[in-house]
Amino acid sequence: MAMNFGFKLCPSSALNLDKIDTSLYDKLVEMEPDARICMACGSCSATCTASQFSGMSVRKVLLDIQRGKEKEAAAMLRNCMLCGKCTMVCPRGINTRHLILSLCRIYDNKEEQK
Amino acid sequence: MTDRIPAGFHPFVIPFLVGMGFVLLYCLYGFIRIMCQLSHKDRRKFFLSFLNPKILWKDIKDIFLNCLIHVKLWKRNKLLGFMHSSIAFGWFMLIVLGHLEVICFLPGRLRTFYYPIFFNFFVAEDNATIGGQVFFFLMDFFLALVLCGIILAIIKRVHSLIFGMRRTTRLSLLDRVGLYSLWAIFPLRLLAEGFTAHISGGSFLTIPLNWIARAFLGNELNMVPTWWAYSIALCVFMCVLPFTRYMHIPAEMLLIPMRNAGLKIKHARKGYAKVMVYSCPSCGVCIDACPMSVKKANTRDTTVYLNRQIRRGNEKRIEEISDKCLLCGKCSELCQIGIEAPKIRIAQRARRKYGLNQNYSNISVGPLAEKAFGHNVEAKPGKVLYFAGCMTQLTPRISQAMESVLQKAGVEYSYMDKDGGLCCGRPMLMAGRPDQARQIIDKNTGIIRSSGCDTLLLSCPICYKIFKEKYHLEGIRVVHHSEFIKELVDQRRLSVRFGKDVIVYHDPCELGRGSGIYEQPRELLAALGTLVEAEKTGKESICCGGSLGSLTLGFAQREDLTKNALRNLTVNLPSKIATACPLCLASFSRYSDRPVEDIAEIVDQRSTKVD
Repeated sequence: MAMNFGFKLCPSSALNLDKIDTSLYDKLVEMEPDARICMACGSCSATCTASQFSGMSVRKVLLDIQRGKEKEAAAMLRNCMLCGKCTMVCPRGINTRHLILSLCRIYDNKEEQK
Repeated sequence: MTDRIPAGFHPFVIPFLVGMGFVLLYCLYGFIRIMCQLSHKDRRKFFLSFLNPKILWKDIKDIFLNCLIHVKLWKRNKLLGFMHSSIAFGWFMLIVLGHLEVICFLPGRLRTFYYPIFFNFFVAEDNATIGGQVFFFLMDFFLALVLCGIILAIIKRVHSLIFGMRRTTRLSLLDRVGLYSLWAIFPLRLLAEGFTAHISGGSFLTIPLNWIARAFLGNELNMVPTWWAYSIALCVFMCVLPFTRYMHIPAEMLLIPMRNAGLKIKHARKGYAKVMVYSCPSCGVCIDACPMSVKKANTRDTTVYLNRQIRRGNEKRIEEISDKCLLCGKCSELCQIGIEAPKIRIAQRARRKYGLNQNYSNISVGPLAEKAFGHNVEAKPGKVLYFAGCMTQLTPRISQAMESVLQKAGVEYSYMDKDGGLCCGRPMLMAGRPDQARQIIDKNTGIIRSSGCDTLLLSCPICYKIFKEKYHLEGIRVVHHSEFIKELVDQRRLSVRFGKDVIVYHDPCELGRGSGIYEQPRELLAALGTLVEAEKTGKESICCGGSLGSLTLGFAQREDLTKNALRNLTVNLPSKIATACPLCLASFSRYSDRPVEDIAEIVDQRSTKVD
């Protein structure tokens, strides 16, 4: 029986690092070793064309998949238009466009097959 | 002329017959396979094209000019053109004349198939061969022509630079077998015809050879072995032909009608693309053309090697080469055959499967259009819609200059993506994802349609190309800013003044080769300063290295390409580099020792309002 208190409890966003599944990140690092040199400066977030639609940013995507939050990352990635601005501004010289494509390739495509 | 051998047969023709039969069967098999790979519609289109006399005439003309005379090679380098056309046209004429000889003198032997090739072995000259003299002369003439070509080909192997080629293709083992057997065919033919010239007749080449041979050797024992050798050389060449670059000879004859029928590449490995790949003669013009070739390691990733790997089915290398390319289009612009390598590469990229596919259904057109144009948009003739594009937003100096120019000229305009818009879809298309690109295109079309403008003004050639080619914007004129500003100046809506700058103009790939705009920016710049040209310019301009076409080239690997392009631009010591593409501007600015500016910026500095 639900009672209305005028406010709701948020589900906890705490992560248990021992339990999360980072296989996607590990796979990505194997394909794109450059994923590890990202210093999360946020240049990609600032320039992203898709960020106004899905909050897309390579920095956040990397952070999310490191924490096993694949679904959140996928929602962002879905609006990427591969325009390449993030690649041009990356101070670490990461080929973010190729990183995004590789990530899209290795995503478990159960959802897509539905 | 009479039959020398009553049976009309000698065992030495067997190798030739084997080789010829093999080639014909292989080509027939290949043709049927290609036809099966075409879609029903394309196949219909292909066969119907032969019924159209206009296309049929173009087919014949193109095959004659390109396959036999090699007109495009002549235009590139006279010596290279002479070498190829002397071999191709000379050989063709030897075959045609051989048939004519048989038809004229021994029409009954025409169905033996090998008579036209080995005519001189099977006949004996009699007293009534005055007509034969003409043939003998022509046969010797064309043989001499082919031999000239062969000598040049041998020289080219050592000194390719005199043929205008810095680098040539590294041949595979079978290519070498094919090459050497091709070289051997004609000297052997000369020897064989020389040994028999006192029986079958000959002309200025074969008769003297016959005197020498008989003076030194004195017997006829050499006759049959040389004819055997000639036949075997032909056999070897024809047996390896399907597996070597020489497959381009039959393949190009199929490619030309297919192209004239208007077929398009739909699959990277099937149908039209396959014919294209087999039509590659591995000449290696694309190696020097490729901007990536500044680094020697990259020469292995040029189009000629892509074609080779596709023929071999080496998946790993095909993917590597396809992904690395900048899609600048220079190789296909210079290609003698017209192989559309960028399209093959994009089609190859499109074969890849992704676990996560982009989807833009959450983006709605309405709010975006409202944000850009406000409520109650009125359609007004002459109103301009300015779309800066992603790359221009990254180089705001261009859009600022552009807005300033538009205001000075008093142009009424709306700014489509001032507060961020969508990408044009071309980067998605170049990554080989046409379905996703189509979604973006549809969204953008919706926004443009609701703007009420009838001119779409673009600052980025990447956008310009896709807006021109893939968008359905009937009634809306798509124009690049270099064209548009030129018109403003011509219509005296903007007055510009000449300055003391020495300007070199860099042709962006997508604007020049991609969309054929070379002149307008130059004419505009000529009014602003002294215009000088780069070393390689126009169709041969060198990509800045920043292209979005390459998926795998990293930041560090692009540095050499940009520096090489800069070196090419600054040979005539300009004080300023002008370009018309935000991506080129960004790449050049990184390494240039002199100012790099967009054409809009230069106009903005040197223009005033017309009162």
